[in-house]
Amino acid sequence: MLLKKPAMAGTLESSDAQVTISPKEGGVDVEIKSSVMYQYGRQIEECVRETLKNLNVDNAYVKVVDQGALECTLKARVECAAFRSAEVDNGYPWGGAIK
Amino acid sequence: MKNAVNREIPDELLVDGREVFQGSNYKDNTRYTKVAPSVKMRTAHIDSKVLPTIRDAIKAVGFKDGMTVSFHHHFRNGDYVVNMVMKEIVEMGFKDITIACSSLSSSHDLIADYIEDGTVIGLQTSGIRGKVGEAVSHGKLKTPAILRSHGGRVRAIEQGEVHIDVAFIGAPTADCLGNSSGKGGKSDCGVLAYADADARYADNVVIITDTLVDYPNMPASISQTDVDYVVVVDEIGNPKKIASEAARFSKDPRDLLMAEHCAKVMEATPYFKDGFSFQTGAGGPSLAVNRFLEPLLIKYGIKMSWICGGISAPSVDLLNKGLAECIVDTQDFDTVAVDSVHNNPKHFEISTSEYASPSNRSAFVNKLDYVILAALEIDTDFNVNVITGSDGVLRGAPGGHPDTAAGAKCCIVVTPLIRGRMATVCENVVTVTTPGECVDVLVTDYGIAVNPKRQDLLEALQKTKLPLKTVEELKDIAYSIVGTPDPLPFKERVVAIMEARDGTVLDVVREIDAIK
Repeated sequence: MLLKKPAMAGTLESSDAQVTISPKEGGVDVEIKSSVMYQYGRQIEECVRETLKNLNVDNAYVKVVDQGALECTLKARVECAAFRSAEVDNGYPWGGAIK
Repeated sequence: MKNAVNREIPDELLVDGREVFQGSNYKDNTRYTKVAPSVKMRTAHIDSKVLPTIRDAIKAVGFKDGMTVSFHHHFRNGDYVVNMVMKEIVEMGFKDITIACSSLSSSHDLIADYIEDGTVIGLQTSGIRGKVGEAVSHGKLKTPAILRSHGGRVRAIEQGEVHIDVAFIGAPTADCLGNSSGKGGKSDCGVLAYADADARYADNVVIITDTLVDYPNMPASISQTDVDYVVVVDEIGNPKKIASEAARFSKDPRDLLMAEHCAKVMEATPYFKDGFSFQTGAGGPSLAVNRFLEPLLIKYGIKMSWICGGISAPSVDLLNKGLAECIVDTQDFDTVAVDSVHNNPKHFEISTSEYASPSNRSAFVNKLDYVILAALEIDTDFNVNVITGSDGVLRGAPGGHPDTAAGAKCCIVVTPLIRGRMATVCENVVTVTTPGECVDVLVTDYGIAVNPKRQDLLEALQKTKLPLKTVEELKDIAYSIVGTPDPLPFKERVVAIMEARDGTVLDVVREIDAIK
């Protein structure tokens, strides 16, 4: 999937994450701010990278402002931001195509 | 050396008779000699001890570098006294100060500046929050902070482990010789329980009030016999933040479910009979237990003999409905509690020694039947943490938690299984503030676990329909939702010592960097 423009998903509410994705060359860069950085920062980064890989996004700059979101929430926000960035607005792989 | 809760305590801390924690009743029935303050005699006629300013009082007590000053926390987030006095001491050029207060709140961020610039080198407290917690956790305080329970603080004072040079006691009302009360005035906090030990054991006692009343101010919580000077200032606190509006029950269905389960746990235990005693914390689910107890008390036609602790509207409500015989009160959280301790003859003020100290011949907590407590974290050994956050930074207060848990026949900890992405039920708490041997039942929104050492309670609860689980099962559920947390990146240096209530070392808190 090719990213076309900067896009965002999620909020700064507690237990949510705000994910911003922008197109970029040369791989995936992830920047994370989290209230649970010490305990879950590593897992947040892994989750972001894995979700993008499943979407076949190879080049992206991702910024996550995490407010203690569960992994399912984070995944959903990353997917949504990626689709918005790639200007995909139909044909989502609902129901678990993205593991 | 490892202690009885499996925590490694560095040997260099185990000096001057300091020992590691060896079980809650390790010091039971041992004998000690109480220390005594050095007191200035007054044989001559005296008309007044009132001095014009705090600075005059600091001069009059002969303040020196390196002294230890104390404060109480009855004014909670509305306190002006700590900052007012410390600002004066620092502006007068004194240094190497130790603060030994009953607790600090988020209104005391100013103290973090004095820790950073090195004028405050020691801190002994129950509560530590905001910028002060950050300053200590990030290694800015010269000596390790000492964290104690409310009862443990009185013990440390009585046993001379902390010697208070000057106690600055904020008092809602005081007279010209220092008879002081928590009642009346502009900054009414109800009681002055935490200041009792300070008044009795400090070498110098300065009362700071904003309401000077006619002599004698009786009945007095602090007696003129213990007071050197009185200073009158414009405001000692912000009344709106001292006592909140009447505490209301949580409307959060998760809180209510847990509270209902707590009440049902109590109902199923053998101590739930006429005349039982009860204390509950001020947190949402803890407080809401009162709501579910009331119909049970009516159903069985029983009542409580006494309610203990920090008091708010729900306890007063039970007293007024005749469902409790009396309240013994160490702190008032809302205006309803403040009014009640003024007006209801069955609502008594007690000192913190009477409330919770392990070094007297029996505190009220030692006769408690039930206590309901909250937790930031609780681990599979039932050890509780109420002091360090998920970032490893000090941001809490053991308060009466370790005292009541140790004293009560049945200690119930109530907490949601997860908060945000934090597993409340976990493998190992960051800091042990209450040892697991004192915790009997854990109530969460995902089930109830009984400490295996309480087979009697387990058998009683197995006869109910309550959702019983093991604490390991609860931990597994929590980790399945939030993931297994990585360990916090603590550094070597010890920044705080968590004392058990008997003065042994329960745990240490180490330095940690701020999350970037």
